[in-house]
Amino acid sequence: MQPLIRKALGHHTILISGSLLVIIAIFAILGPLLSPNSFEATNFDNLRAPPSIAGLHLFGTDDLGRDVFVRTMLGIQVTLAVACIASFVSLVIGVLYGAVAGLVGGRVDALMMRFVDTLYALPFIFFVILLMVVFERNFLLIFVAIGAINWLDMARIVRGQTLSLKEREFVEAARLGGVSMPGIIWRHIAPNLIGIVVVYVTLTIPQAILMESFLSFLGLGIQEPRTSLGALVDNGVSHIESASWLLLIPAGLLALILMCFNFLGDGLRDLFDSRSST
Amino acid sequence: MLRYTLRRLLGAIPTVLLVIVLAFVLVRAAPGGPFDDERALSPEIEANIARYYNLDEPLPVQFFRYLGGVVQGDLGPSYRYRDSTVSGLIADALPISLRIGGMAMLLAIVAGVGIGIVAALRQNSALDRGVMAFAMLGISVPVFVFAPVFVLLLSVKLQWLPAGWSSTPGLSKYVLPVVSLALPQIAYIARLSRASLIDVLSSDFVRTARAQGLSQASIIRYHALKPAMLPVLSYMGPAIAVVLTGSVVIEEIFGIPGVGQFFVRGAMNRDYTLVLGIVIFYAVLIVLLNLIVDLLYGLIDPRIRNR
Repeated sequence: MQPLIRKALGHHTILISGSLLVIIAIFAILGPLLSPNSFEATNFDNLRAPPSIAGLHLFGTDDLGRDVFVRTMLGIQVTLAVACIASFVSLVIGVLYGAVAGLVGGRVDALMMRFVDTLYALPFIFFVILLMVVFERNFLLIFVAIGAINWLDMARIVRGQTLSLKEREFVEAARLGGVSMPGIIWRHIAPNLIGIVVVYVTLTIPQAILMESFLSFLGLGIQEPRTSLGALVDNGVSHIESASWLLLIPAGLLALILMCFNFLGDGLRDLFDSRSST
Repeated sequence: MLRYTLRRLLGAIPTVLLVIVLAFVLVRAAPGGPFDDERALSPEIEANIARYYNLDEPLPVQFFRYLGGVVQGDLGPSYRYRDSTVSGLIADALPISLRIGGMAMLLAIVAGVGIGIVAALRQNSALDRGVMAFAMLGISVPVFVFAPVFVLLLSVKLQWLPAGWSSTPGLSKYVLPVVSLALPQIAYIARLSRASLIDVLSSDFVRTARAQGLSQASIIRYHALKPAMLPVLSYMGPAIAVVLTGSVVIEEIFGIPGVGQFFVRGAMNRDYTLVLGIVIFYAVLIVLLNLIVDLLYGLIDPRIRNR
């Protein structure tokens, strides 16, 4: 693991996108604390003010006179939180499902994978919208719903990896040496799954962000006065002619965050693939 | 081929059924009814409404009544648009959605494959790198981010293209929605066809063709292109789903009166039957289009259908 981390730090794509994400996250957490403005205080004397130093409205104010800097930082917090929790949910479901299918194998595996194939054909995003309509845009539900539909890829990959690991010589050797099944899973199979699981989690995060901001953009996700990048973009669209910064700032940040995660995932995959191929 | 077709057709039925059951159960599991937010109604009126929409029957009876309707293309009455049926609303809105979605898909395939081939032929050149960087941008950035940015730049600032829908005649109003919808797909298909063509160009049969003295152009035209397009074809299934999702956003941004806009409106108004109907409609559409892609795949690649 140690040399892998050193290698990751030497990889330009991973280094740049990773540190950008860390910087954004730090800003998102510290920004609202340091700014004198609050995210929900309205000021009707200062509507749609362009970005300026005056009053420390670095990103200007919105149509209700609220500070856009603090709101954007809060939006990033919410976006990242949704993404992380949703990815965690999909990680747990996907790894458990895939590992069970791969370890048990045979008919159970075939049945479980057939189920995954059927689910693949479903237009999940529409189900999430249905869920949001029916359960009144519950904040927690967004996390779980997004996580619960993003586990399919993870399950497939973990299952495939487990199947092939099971047949490897060192596992066979451990079995012959009398190591128990839980021991084999814990000592030999799980450590070899970590790399690929990490790669696919980084690739799941942008998908979760995309889904959350899609919902929020349509007004079905995060509700006022809370906000997320998708909701901010939506608000920016309504004021596109009078206050372009309301659109450009959250849109740019959302794009940047998504690109960073995608580059990070790609870089990690490169790293992992080159290791597994040598 | 007939057996393959039948097998595929049978395979699609459980998926569609699963969609209908899931969606139906979800809506009925809702806490509170769709009419809760209106003035407090007397129990008699509530009972009347329930009877009118058959909500007083046991759940399984309701489900099979609904399923029977769906099979005949009847998705029930809309809860909010009192005089319309869900099927009627979809039928009215569908042509415009289909036109925009179809144009976007066509553009995505033509531009994506074209860019992919050019990039593959000049692998690792500056052009190739630039195209691939652009592709990463197109894949990462969602439709609802760059469509508004396009509007801001091309409609509000430069005033080259109209941003509105209903008030503008002519074809120019199609440009921004179609391009915005197609862009991520162009990026993805470009990446896919580039990788796939590079892969095929390094295979044995291409080397043989080259050894026989064929020109690069005819190698690509007669030997490499068809196998290289298989991954692109199999991506069409997911692409359709993504374009459908994107069309919801696009119709919202540009104010296009398509199915997606009804879907969002329905979701905002808690028009359960409308949302339920459109989810089922979308699901069936995706499954059907996937089926067509599968059949095309079988037609092009005989290895698949004989498996």
